[in-house]
Amino acid sequence: MINNLKPQTITQKILARHCGKNYVEVGEIVNAQVDIILGNDITMPLAIKEFNKLGLSKVFDKEKIIIVLDHFTPNKDIKSAQQCKFIREFANSYEIKNYFETGKMGIEHALLPELGLVTPGELIIGADSHTCTYGALGALSTGVGSTDVAAAMASGNLWFMVPDSIKFIYNGNLKPWVTGKDLILYTIGMIGVDGAIYKSMEFSGPIIEKLSMDSRFTMCNMAIEAGGKFGIVEFDDITREYVDIRNKKDYKIFKSDQGVKYFNTYEINCSNIDLQVAAPHLPSNTHNAKDLDDILIDQVVIGSCTNGRLEDLKIASDIMKGRKVGSKVRVIIIPATQKIYLDALEKGYIKIFIESGCAVSTPTCGPCLGGHMGVLAEGEKAISTTNRNFVGRMGHPESEVYLSSPAVAAASAIMGRIATPEEVM
Amino acid sequence: MIITDKVIKYGDNINTDVIIPARYLNTSREEELAAHCFEDLDKNFKEKLKDRKIIVAGDNFGCGSSREHAPISIKESGVKLIIAKTFARIFFRNAVNTGLPVISSIEAGRGIGDEDELEVDLNSGKIIDITTGDTFNTKPFPEFIQGIIVSGGYIEYIKKTLK
Repeated sequence: MINNLKPQTITQKILARHCGKNYVEVGEIVNAQVDIILGNDITMPLAIKEFNKLGLSKVFDKEKIIIVLDHFTPNKDIKSAQQCKFIREFANSYEIKNYFETGKMGIEHALLPELGLVTPGELIIGADSHTCTYGALGALSTGVGSTDVAAAMASGNLWFMVPDSIKFIYNGNLKPWVTGKDLILYTIGMIGVDGAIYKSMEFSGPIIEKLSMDSRFTMCNMAIEAGGKFGIVEFDDITREYVDIRNKKDYKIFKSDQGVKYFNTYEINCSNIDLQVAAPHLPSNTHNAKDLDDILIDQVVIGSCTNGRLEDLKIASDIMKGRKVGSKVRVIIIPATQKIYLDALEKGYIKIFIESGCAVSTPTCGPCLGGHMGVLAEGEKAISTTNRNFVGRMGHPESEVYLSSPAVAAASAIMGRIATPEEVM
Repeated sequence: MIITDKVIKYGDNINTDVIIPARYLNTSREEELAAHCFEDLDKNFKEKLKDRKIIVAGDNFGCGSSREHAPISIKESGVKLIIAKTFARIFFRNAVNTGLPVISSIEAGRGIGDEDELEVDLNSGKIIDITTGDTFNTKPFPEFIQGIIVSGGYIEYIKKTLK
């Protein structure tokens, strides 16, 4: 087939396919058919309230709606329990099949890829800003609001402005212990928390081609922290290996065309990137971890949709094995899904954590957003593998959050201050 | 539609965690959300609201979470309009979808001062700063988004298209 179309990015191609076109222009507003609609216990109550205003007896497709109760669960208080009950009743009466409760659930952005519910080439929306995580599968996936979810549950469609794309090319070699978290923190530090506002962030280059799926999920997860609409890694053999053992649906592979015009292209030499920490109160306030070694820590959290996967727990357990956490530190480990928890148990990581003096929790977003399971008091400092460190994010408005990789968080847990693995091992 | 009111001015990167802290997201009741709006950012917000109902801010207003509770808490507090240099995209969608007027303008975000009195024509995008005499001509919304606003929010718009 002769292709006379102007070159397009993977973002344009996936959007075009979902609105029945071969080509869409950057800046164009399109009404696109979505493949998956996601909501959680925080955003679903509002979505259901809005949906109910439409007076419909059914959703557009009950197979395409996914609800995960993960933020304030296991229910942290009566109001949270009421919200979950409200959602449960909706899920029952509208026969939502993919509905996940405590005991079977995981943190949504770890759970959906793990179960093969999201696949390459799809257009996915979720009423959660970190829905951009699934871009690691070569899918187009983004966070929206509750009203958007309500509208999409009714019609199966949603409006999108076709975004420009920024290409990030990662070259060189990774220093020891450096992972996807360090790369994305470094990138956000470089371009700022609005450096990719309204843009699609394409992560590419020799380093990305060798990067594990878990690290790719971490990078795409934090695209939103640079203002990005999408974060995306093109499908390759690493994606295929991950997807083909999980996926139950047919999928289509899209790639950016040669010669396509990008809004901007950054070439990043990873040989110069040290372990990164984002200091309060912005994810862009990045420093080399070794330069913050005078910061004393009250609490460590290793988990979340950003860094609660098996690779993350392996790294943390490698560092903690045979060591005790600092006497003045509380350490909370949260495997992101039940499967990750079980795998970590079988591999002996959980035993290492408990013997080191860590608390290990059932999957929940809990402490990341100051919900429960590790809320900070006035003046306390935490180092966390989560994604945001805004004022009051983990509790008291006078508390502070430092963001890092699991390696730096685990080393800091042992030392009681911000530390690198080399100092511990 | 013309809005005439005074300004409460904030800085860059006003994020959803300070607009409505997550500890209050165990409810979706508008008045409860409004009661805690901006409480970690500005202890005097409620006091200022008595005679000022337009927020003017810098870059990336509403960055962070997708919580629609953020524009709802601001709207329910009585704020009539937000003008910012730029908006985070999910907040922008949520504001449009819930019927909270927002205007993006680098010049207006920079030029308008705290407590200035403004006259804003939402249809044309023209902002007059009565205090300083400055005028800012901002870009009106694309036709599609105007359709959502005219309908009174996205759900009302969808109702029409589903019929």
